[in-house]
Formats: sequence, structure tokens, C-alpha cells
Amino acid sequence: MPRTARDVVFVDGARTPFGKAGKGLYAETRADDLVVRVIRELLRRNPGLPPARIDEVAIAATTQIGDQGLTIGRSAALLAGLPRSVPGYAIDRMCAGAMTAVTTTSASISFGAYDVVIAGGVEHMGRHPMGEGVDPNPRFLSEQLVDPSALVMGNTAENLHDRFPSITKERADAFAVRSQEKVAKAYADGKIQEDLVEMLVRSTEEGYGLATADEPPRPGTTLESLAGLKTPFRPHGNVTPGNAAGLNDGATGALIAAEDTAAELGLEARMRLVDFSFAGVEPEVMGVGPVPATEKLLERQGLTMDDIGLVEINEAFAVQVLAFLEHFGIADDDERVNPWGGAIALGHPLASSGVRLMTQLSRHFAERPDVRYGITTMCVGMGMGGTVLWERV
Amino acid sequence: MSTPTDAPQPSAELFADEVVTKAFARDVELPYGAGTAVLITLDNGHDHTKPNTFGPGGLTSLSEAIDAAAARTDIAAVAVTGKPFIFAVGADLTGVPRIENHEQAHTIGKLGHDAFRKLGELSVPTFALVNGAAMGGGVEVALHCTYRTISSGVPAFALPETFLGLVPGWGGTYLLPNLIGAEQALKLIIDNPLAQNKTIKGPQVYKMGIADAMFEPADFVEESLRWAARVVNGDISVRRPEVDKEEAWTQAVNNARFQVEGKLRGAAPAPVRALELVDKARHRTRDEGFAAEDDALADLIMSDQLKAGLYAFDLTQKRARRPAGAPGKELARPVTKVGVAGAGLMAGQLALLFARRLEVPVVLTDLDQDRLDKGVAYVHGEVDKLLAKGRVSADKAGRLKSLVAGSLSKDAFFDADFVIEAVFEKMEIKQRVFAEVEEVVSPEAVLATNTSSLSITEMASKLRHPERVVGFHFFNPVAVLPLLEIIRGEKTDDATLATAFSTAKTLKKSAVLCKDAPAFVVNRLLTLFMGEVLSAVAEGTEPEVADRAVAPLGLPMSPLMLLQLVGPAVALHVSETLNAAFPERFRISEQQRTLVESGKTELFGPDFQLDPEIKEMFSGGDNPSTEEQILNRALEALAREIRIMLDEGVVAEPADIDLCLITGAGWPFHLGGITPYLDRSGVSQKVNGTLFHPDGPKAV
Repeated sequence: MPRTARDVVFVDGARTPFGKAGKGLYAETRADDLVVRVIRELLRRNPGLPPARIDEVAIAATTQIGDQGLTIGRSAALLAGLPRSVPGYAIDRMCAGAMTAVTTTSASISFGAYDVVIAGGVEHMGRHPMGEGVDPNPRFLSEQLVDPSALVMGNTAENLHDRFPSITKERADAFAVRSQEKVAKAYADGKIQEDLVEMLVRSTEEGYGLATADEPPRPGTTLESLAGLKTPFRPHGNVTPGNAAGLNDGATGALIAAEDTAAELGLEARMRLVDFSFAGVEPEVMGVGPVPATEKLLERQGLTMDDIGLVEINEAFAVQVLAFLEHFGIADDDERVNPWGGAIALGHPLASSGVRLMTQLSRHFAERPDVRYGITTMCVGMGMGGTVLWERV
Repeated sequence: MSTPTDAPQPSAELFADEVVTKAFARDVELPYGAGTAVLITLDNGHDHTKPNTFGPGGLTSLSEAIDAAAARTDIAAVAVTGKPFIFAVGADLTGVPRIENHEQAHTIGKLGHDAFRKLGELSVPTFALVNGAAMGGGVEVALHCTYRTISSGVPAFALPETFLGLVPGWGGTYLLPNLIGAEQALKLIIDNPLAQNKTIKGPQVYKMGIADAMFEPADFVEESLRWAARVVNGDISVRRPEVDKEEAWTQAVNNARFQVEGKLRGAAPAPVRALELVDKARHRTRDEGFAAEDDALADLIMSDQLKAGLYAFDLTQKRARRPAGAPGKELARPVTKVGVAGAGLMAGQLALLFARRLEVPVVLTDLDQDRLDKGVAYVHGEVDKLLAKGRVSADKAGRLKSLVAGSLSKDAFFDADFVIEAVFEKMEIKQRVFAEVEEVVSPEAVLATNTSSLSITEMASKLRHPERVVGFHFFNPVAVLPLLEIIRGEKTDDATLATAFSTAKTLKKSAVLCKDAPAFVVNRLLTLFMGEVLSAVAEGTEPEVADRAVAPLGLPMSPLMLLQLVGPAVALHVSETLNAAFPERFRISEQQRTLVESGKTELFGPDFQLDPEIKEMFSGGDNPSTEEQILNRALEALAREIRIMLDEGVVAEPADIDLCLITGAGWPFHLGGITPYLDRSGVSQKVNGTLFHPDGPKAV
């Protein structure tokens, strides 16, 4: 019998407030507890969904050990109290983990294997610092498969400045300041809060507290305050803690469904998945990954960037966003791009960020009935990019 | 409103080693724009194995945190929660034995009230978020709050004070009945403590109306705060059923009083005092109610019954877990298969217990196929009952059934590491069984006997390896009574003994090491005690009078009830063993023999009246005693015998005697087993010229 692909919709997304790694909000809070809270919140917000109807729980994490190990999709599902009949698994594509959790499960829905899934990601960079437990094959270096700088993300960002001399530190800082300003405004307008689920935080020194807002944003950031920051990756370089996302803790989750199942259960779809694409680039300039991923996608769909009304691009580094914008001839301050700011201000708990982009894009769709297409896109370590094309429903 | 600093502070030395439960306060932003709440976390800095308790330091910390919140005008609520898995488990009792006078005792009560009551007297609503185990003062902290939420995962919630010899005197006897009515409140304050100190779980706390809302443990505090925010906003209004302060209240108190008197006969003051407080709580003001609690606490803290209760509690919590005289556990050998010689009722009970706790194959043997089938069927039937009650899963039931098998030949014991005999209580039979077992098992396999009175040394004497024989004496009903007397025979080696202790621990039994002396500890003392009562009957005392004579002690059952439970024949058998060993102290009345010969096993009718035929058998004699005379004589006999047993080295310390009586015979905490009571009643001094505890009772 010929197989019919099903349309897939984004029903809902939620996340914990993001914290600063190290001594931040979640210094004494487990990563799996963050995921559990998000899963339970998605169920609470969608009482029409019988938990037993969930066909898969796909949770991404870059460092899959300790509280991010033990097949976190399954362990978090059990801890969240989902029926034992609901399976789960773990996903890793570094920064694009949650994005991959969504695309992989969505493809499976479209294929007909699932009706409804929970897809998300978590990264507790305080408990699991970048590079924890990695063991790169010596052949990478001996055979010069990658440049030694490829494994340090900050170095790859400096490399991008080399490749795009027009992207100066000043432009990167200016972009960062705008990101902070947009986040501050979105908070003031109550936009961001709707996606957050407040999270209990433990402190043996201070007692329990409640995380109700993102910890990383620095409202009031100015060009002047950024100008003097150190460039930790290169002497007199361009990349500073001010024009890059920080080291963060947080979890995200989304409810993804076949469009027909969403209708059956009375779940309101916020946007429809059109297509997605991942692409590889040279690992030492991983930040440019979104460019080929997006090109591939647009070409396949017969679209151009002019057709895209909304862009949620992950701000791992300002330079990497600017490289993308420059490639597509988009102005640095184009209103279509990250209307509520991005990871430079909000934070980037690696594998969780992909779903934050989607959740925010879905909110923009609700406010912009004039827009038909939007994308979420991000660069990925080891030289990759991923782009997902969404459509207003 | 007074603060703790106004009250006289209990001297610091009393609680010098207090592990202080700190009250950490943090502002949290309530959802739905409900404003700022102060969230107080109770945390003593240790993990859940050392739960939060309240001593003077902890109370002061909480009091200061509440005062700081009270001084603010920018908050909408105060919430109190615990550390992971633990809310708070009550007062720190470590300093209580050091309290010397009534005034110090009174201060402890007042300090608690002064801190806790502020939670009920703030200008903003207060919320207790009961996230984990809550007992005693922990429950009372919650009761003082305006509202309570409870986690459905709370494993234990209780007011155990009357079990130990106190009352829930930091607001419990006043607030709880006024919240949920006297009947429900008395379940927690009286019924559960007197029923082996039972606790309830989160869902029951909610169902009883003690908590206003219940949330799952996964995100309990977050969801509780959401609920609190909606209460603050007025989106939720909490409705509680009205409490009937007239007839229902009176009825509940009367029922509980009847039950307490029936059980304790005035021997323990705490439950009676708690009842009085609950009775009057309905018409008292907060000040009056709390002041009455302070007075009750002070009286009880100074009482002998509380001292005995704390001693007994320590025995069961500490000494029971580290048995005196047990060899190092590294000497213990693994037990991977168990043999049970015999297939009678006792053998079946043992097989079930070994299978459940050790989870290794258990083989029953008997010469008779019918008895064997019945024995195995009994175990399988008990497993089915556990399954029906939901105590084990279907898979677990399947596993347990497959573990227990029967064999007509002892060859089935060939790979067993531990064989216990539960055959007829006759030396030659037991010796023969062990000799047969020795033919098939390895030289190291432990041979354990459940004999209640025969000599272990003699039983082992004909074996090639007598060093592997050990007494392993359970108490009936095996599933209920925790005591296991482990008896070292003359030749028993350390590895055998260590294996016996480690097996006891896995069986979740509380083991006490005993010397190979006739009838060991519990049966020797109970037989002596019962013998004095039966002697008084034989001498001409009415059996009812003699049976009632020891009621003031508040024992779990009367001597004749115990005789019926044990069975007259078994009791006689133990009496004969003891009589043979110590004829001058253990006498056997002719009436006792007549009773056994008659074959009657029920002494009491269904109306709890003595059977007329029994009464007839127990008649005669011309020298009746008064109740008081019988009580004295029984207590004096006990004091004398215990001293002799200690001199003989039957157990290491008086504490072991008490632990045996508490865990093997259910003797009450308020007596501290028995030796603290014999000391305080003057009997020890009179009979032995010395006390069992010259420096006061010490458990370890």
C-alpha cells in the first residue's frame, strides 16, 4: 500500500528559566529534574492529551553521563510519572540536540510510526562542563582531519572573523547589545515568561528558592561596557563573553503531533513543520553551518530568503549570526531576526536551545498573521548547521 | 507575643550536641502575580538519614526566620518546607534525659509553642509544604500554618509522642482536633501510637483533611506554591468541614478512653494526659490550650515512664541493630540455600520468612508426603494472600512460590548452607534429625535449631561437627514478633554465630545473643511470671483475681490469655524443662497438668470470660492471695531471676533482657521492658539489694 506522509505540527513548548553554570541558579539542581519539570508542565498545559498517547520521549544532551545519562528520555519519562508504556531515548547532536529530537521524531510521525511525541533537550553545563570525558581520536590531528582549533568553539568563532573580515568586533558587540535590549523589552512586555515553567532550586547554604526568570540576561549592556571585555580565545581577538552566549543550565521540551492527531485530541497547533535540513562544513568554522543548511532547504522547497518572514537563529556567537545574515544579504538589525533577542542574552544550554528557538518562533507566528514561513536555525560543533522550516497554520 | 528570648533558655549543656535544624528564608516570586512569599527551608545540613529535628537551636532559628518575615510589609505569604525527603521529625530528645527539674521541662514546651504559634498569628497566610516525613513537632509546625499541602509521596506522618511517653504538646493536641475533629485526631494522637507506633502516608493525610491539597512528589514544592498563589489571589478558597464540638467529640474521647484503659490500665500516663487535653481543646482559647500542653509536657518529661520510654526506644533503634557479643560480620558465610527440617506450621512459617527475606531456595523435608504437601501448600497459600493484599507483585509471588519446595529425603539439603530444624520438641528426635542432615551437607553448613528450651550443647554433642550448631529461636507469630534469640552452644564457633547474626539481620529480626541456658530469656521469664500467678491460683486465689493482679503493669495480655496463646501443652513442656533445671524457683501446679491432660486449649469463652470448666480445674486451695500480694510476688520473682540470669551470663546486660521482653513478648515501653520498672518501684533494691541500672537506664 502506498504510504502517505502526514503533516506534523508544533503544539506547545516550555522550558525552565536558564541559569548561569557554576554558581548559578541550578548549582545544586539535577539536570534530569529540569527535564522532568518541563515534561510535567507540557502535560499540565495540554490536559486534552492522555499521557498514554505519547509515543516517544526524545531528550537531547551533549554530555550523556551522570544525571544526563541513563538514556535520559526514558529515565525522565519514568521520573515524570508518564505511563511505563511510554518509551524514550537520548539524542545527541551537540547544540542542535533538541532540534534533532524534534526533526527525528517529526519525521517518524510523518512516516506514520508515531502520533504524538515529547521532544526536548537539556544541558547542565555546570555539572557537565564542555568537553567533559571527551577522547578525540588522535587521527584528527595526525592526519590533519581538522584544525586543532575546531574543538574549541570560541576559536572557531575567531576563525569566522578571519573568514569574514567585514564582520568586526564592533559589529559583533553592537549585535550583542541589541540582543540584550530585545530580551529586556520582551521581558518587560511579558513575552518570554509565558514559555517558562518555574523551577525549584536547591541550595544547602540558603535553602530552597524558585527560579522564575532567566539568570543570564544583562539588561543595560552598552557598547562601552562590552568594549573592554577580554578576548579569552586570542590575544587582541574579537570574541568576548559579551558577544557570545555564556555557559548555561536549562531544559526545554515541545509537544509535537501529527496534525490529524492534534485535531482529534483538540490540541491547538501553533505552526506546521515544512521541512528540515542539516549540513556539514569545515569543523574549524562550524559557525557558518546554518548557511549551507538553509540554502539546501530553501532550494529543495523552491523558496528564497525573501519568502521567510521570521528567523530564529541561535546566537552562539554574534559573528556566526552576522555571517549568516551577511550571506543572505540581511541587515544586522532586520526585524525578522530574533525579535525577542537571543542566546547572547538568554543563554545557551547547548542541547536544549533548539526547542527554545521553536517555541519563540511559534509565539511570533501568533503575533504575525501576515507571515507564512519562518525558520529556526543553528550552528553545531564539529562543523554542522541545522535549519527547520515552519509554516503558519 | 513573646519570643524565645523572653523565656528562660534551657541551659545550653542540656542540648550541647544538638544538630541544629536551620530555618533558611528566601524570597520567592509567587506565580500569577500573587506577590512575594518568604520560603523557609528546614535543613540540618545532613542527608535524609539524619532527619530534621527541633532542639532549642532549631526553634530559635525558626523563630527568627518568622520574626524577620513578620517585620515585613512587602510579602504576601510565608511558606515552610523541609529538606529533600524530610519535612521534620519532631523534637530533639537527646537532651531530655539531662533535664533535672520541672521548670527546665516547662521551658522546652514553651519554647516550641512560642516559635511555632507565630506561624498561625502572622498578618499574611502561612503555608506548610509537607514534602517528606513529618512526625511530632514536624507535624505540629504544619498544624500551626494557615494551610497545608502534602506530597503524595510522604512515607510517614505521625504523632508518636504517646508511644514514647509524651503528648503532642507543641500545639498538636489543641490544633489537630479543632482542625479535623476529635475522632480523626485521636487516630493520630492515640490509636496509631498504641498500635506499634503506626504511621500514615501522604494520601491518608489529605483524605483525613489534615492537608488542604496534595501534589505529586516530582514537582511538589512548585505546584504547592502555585496553589498557594491561587489561595493568596482568592482564586481558590479552602473549605473544611465543620467540626462537631459536642456529641461527636465527647463520644470520640470516651471511646478512646475506654480503649486506653483497656490496654494500659493506667500504667502509662501519657495517653491519658493526651486524652484530657484533646477533650478540653474544644472550648479552650489558644493561650489556654497551649499553656495546658506546656504543663502536661513538663509533668511527662519528668516522669519515670518517659525515661523508660526513651530507654526502650533506644534499645529498639540502637542496641537491636548492633547486638552485644555478636562476632564480626566478616566471619559470616553466605547463605544461598536453606533447608527446613519439618513441614508443620512452624516449619511453614519459617520457610515463608526465609524465602521472602533471603530470596534463596528453601526446601522443606518430612517423612510423610501428606504433611509435606500441606507444608508447601501452606507457604504457597500465604504467598497468594500477600499477592491478594498487594504486598507482593505477581512476579514476586511467582518467584517466592518457585523458591519453596518439599522433599521426602534430606538428600535435598546437600547444597544448603543453613538448615533449621522445626521438628517435635524432644532431644532424641532433634539429635537424630541433625545426624541425618550432617550426612548430606557440607562440613561448614550451619545447623540451626528453633528449640524453645532444649540444650544446644547437648543437641550438638553427637555430631562430627558440633561447632556448626546454633540456637535460632523465633517467637510466635514469626511474622509479627521481631525477636530472635541466638544461642551459642558450648562448641559453637564464631563463623557459625556470625552467619546466624547476619542471617537474622537479613530476616529483619532483632537478634540477642544468649547463653545455652534452660529456656533462654523470654520463655524463662514469662514461665516464671506465669508460674507465680498459677501458683497463687493453686493456693486458692480465684483465677480471675490472680489473672487481673498484674494488670497495673499494662502488659499486652493477661497471664491466662498468654497461656491460651502459647498453648497449655507447650507452656507445660517449657515449665518442665525449667523445673528440672531450677526446681526451687520453677514450680508446676497440679492444676496445670490437669489442664493439659484435659486437652482443652481455650481458656476463655468468646465473651472473654473464663470457661466454667477451666474455672473448675483452677479451684481448690485454702490460702488465697490479694492482687497486690500476687503482683509483688511476681515482680520479686522476676527481679530475682533476672539477677541470677545476669550472674550466670545468660545475656550481657540488663538492656538485653529488656530488649528481649519488648521485642519477643511485647512488654511495654513505659516499663522500659522490665528492669527500669523493677528499679524505680523499689523491687530490685528490696530483692537483690542493688539496682539493675545504678546510674539510670542506658540502652548502649
